[in-house]
Amino acid sequence: MSNHENHPHVHRDDEAQKLGMWLFIFTELLLFGGLFLVYSIFRAQYPQNFHESSLELSVTLGVINTVILLVSSMSVAISLTAVQKGNYKLSRLMLLLTVALALAFMVNKYFEWGAKFHHGLYPGSELMQLLERGHHLYFALYFFMTGLHAFHIIVGVILLLISYVKIGKGKVKSDNFMHLENAALYWHLVDLIWIFLFPLLYLIS
Amino acid sequence: MSNETEKHQSYLDDQGEYKGILGWIFSTDHKRIALLYLYAITAFFFVGAIIGLMMRIELAAPGETIVKPQTYNGLFTVHGVIMIFMVVIPGLSAVFGNFLLPLHIGAKDVAFPKLNRLTWWILMVGSVMAIMTQFLRQGPPDTGWTFYAPYSTQTGTSVILATTAAFVLGFASILTGLNFIVTIHRMRAPGMKFFNMPLFPWAIYAASWIQLLATPVVGITLIMLIFERVFGIGFFNPDLGGDPLLFQHLFWIYSHPAVYIMILPAMGVITEIIPTFCQQKVYGYKAIAISSLAIAGVGFLVWGHHMYTSGMSEQARWFFSLLTFIVAVPSAIKVFNWILTMYKGSIDMKPPFLYALFFIFLFIIGGTTGLILGSVATNVQVHDTAFVVAHFHYIIFGGMGFAFFAGIHFWFPKMYGRMYNFKVANWGAILLFIGFNLLYFPQFIIGYQGMPRRYYDYLPQFQWGQIISTIGGFVLFTALIIMVTNLVRGAKKGELAPANPWKGSTLEWTIPSPPSLENFDTDPVVKANPYDYNS
Repeated sequence: MSNHENHPHVHRDDEAQKLGMWLFIFTELLLFGGLFLVYSIFRAQYPQNFHESSLELSVTLGVINTVILLVSSMSVAISLTAVQKGNYKLSRLMLLLTVALALAFMVNKYFEWGAKFHHGLYPGSELMQLLERGHHLYFALYFFMTGLHAFHIIVGVILLLISYVKIGKGKVKSDNFMHLENAALYWHLVDLIWIFLFPLLYLIS
Repeated sequence: MSNETEKHQSYLDDQGEYKGILGWIFSTDHKRIALLYLYAITAFFFVGAIIGLMMRIELAAPGETIVKPQTYNGLFTVHGVIMIFMVVIPGLSAVFGNFLLPLHIGAKDVAFPKLNRLTWWILMVGSVMAIMTQFLRQGPPDTGWTFYAPYSTQTGTSVILATTAAFVLGFASILTGLNFIVTIHRMRAPGMKFFNMPLFPWAIYAASWIQLLATPVVGITLIMLIFERVFGIGFFNPDLGGDPLLFQHLFWIYSHPAVYIMILPAMGVITEIIPTFCQQKVYGYKAIAISSLAIAGVGFLVWGHHMYTSGMSEQARWFFSLLTFIVAVPSAIKVFNWILTMYKGSIDMKPPFLYALFFIFLFIIGGTTGLILGSVATNVQVHDTAFVVAHFHYIIFGGMGFAFFAGIHFWFPKMYGRMYNFKVANWGAILLFIGFNLLYFPQFIIGYQGMPRRYYDYLPQFQWGQIISTIGGFVLFTALIIMVTNLVRGAKKGELAPANPWKGSTLEWTIPSPPSLENFDTDPVVKANPYDYNS
């Protein structure tokens, strides 16, 4: 008779965990894919307006944010390798760096959006309603896509912080690091989405 | 394998740290979660059915009969929302997929049991939200379950809460699909390759991929709709520069594959029942397995057949029509295979098999009328008429619904360790079949004669069909009561059931009825051919 009841997860399957995260990532790609599809449809309809509107965005800030996220992907990758090699101190340091970079990204985003709000440009504002169709759609998509992305950054940060705590508690270590690997995978997804967002929104001028 | 139910502890007995109802709500046991889904779905189904009956009473006579026009719009909307998002999408996957998938592959649970439990909780949250839409001050949504723009962006009713509910419910679907895919890839018993699995897991596998990949698209679409309502963005509203057809495309890119989420597990159930009650292996195992994947794949390419009259280009129309005809082929293959499985078999007409036969009949009618709808020229006549209503009820209710009833009568002894009354079950099935056809067949006729769908008033020439239909509705409902009462009585007081009452050959029949908590007390013996009735 096999034992049952309150035993903790005796059956550990790292491949299953990884497969689960990859499948979830596919769903995220499809979620954003729908938005990218809508973007491309409206851009094809209003190419001139989209071009003009994107001039309102700061390419400099966009580049900085892109570099921030790329570096953060590097730091989270270092964090994972560090855990695999048993260097838990470095791993946690790299996780904190990743989170710090994510926060820097969000601060930049705050200023970007803040500037728009200050000029009366936000979803539902009077100014938005007065814009030409193409401009209106561009900014609607801008807020929607960057907003949804920012939400996913927050989710990613939470996952990374959980990994941070788990390493400290010894639950994630050199022979049991799937949790961090999955969190890193998710973080790479968040970075990848931005890599697509950036040119579509900032570089079409 | 022994079937001494006294020597092992059934999963129905409380064994964990939680007792009583908490032991169910907090259970991570796939079998308990399956029953939780069963009870929730049954409850929602009856709510949706009663709403359907109210619609039928209203339609029994032209003009206002029992409700006002606005109320009627709310009724057909909530009927669709409940039936689609809370009954048939979770439906067979969540009930029988959860209960049987681990058993069929020789596993002790799914890959992520806690995630499994979460999906049921998500179903509860989403369902509460959906029901709440009926009671908000702005009134229940009146857009139809399809939420077409621009009306859905403009109506003052509780569309936002309804679409949020659908979004939440979508997560349950996505995560269940994810769980089942990983389970099938990682937890098959040693020796069980993909082509040694029974065909029900194949069906669940195909449906799970659709759940995973299609649902996010409707998720983002619903968020866009909410965004449009809240912020006045013009994604879909032409007054604001939007495109109403864009909504339709995005919506149907999910909602068409969604119907394959409904029907694939149903076909999987039928594919288990037929060989069992013919005591013969399935004809064309590989064809059925591959056709499940083919239906899932091609099903992603046909969504435009809901939109032939929307203003799409001619190229789009013939493309979607061609693909629609192609997707019918693997379904037809399955029907031939089922019938050939019966040929020269040793047939035992028990209730599950009777339901399976009814399924085949009703599914054929539903499927072939789908071809009439799928062909662009004839579609123009019948689009948005009662013909469509009849078609999809034959497929979803006659098809998936009857397969659900077949499945519950088939696996009932395994789930509860007791048996129900066969005679009552068979007569219930026959009455259900009669009521069903009375309810829906006239709708084909008045539909092509011109009776529109979602209309609460109509010309007097359609009344004969509406009256027969309403009578059928009540016959059907009575039969449902008989069926459920028989099953409930069986669960409480029925004769104790052996491990293998039907001489089935798949792994669930090798363990006691009901199973123990972790399913297999000794390692399961995997046969190369899961339908080997000679051993």
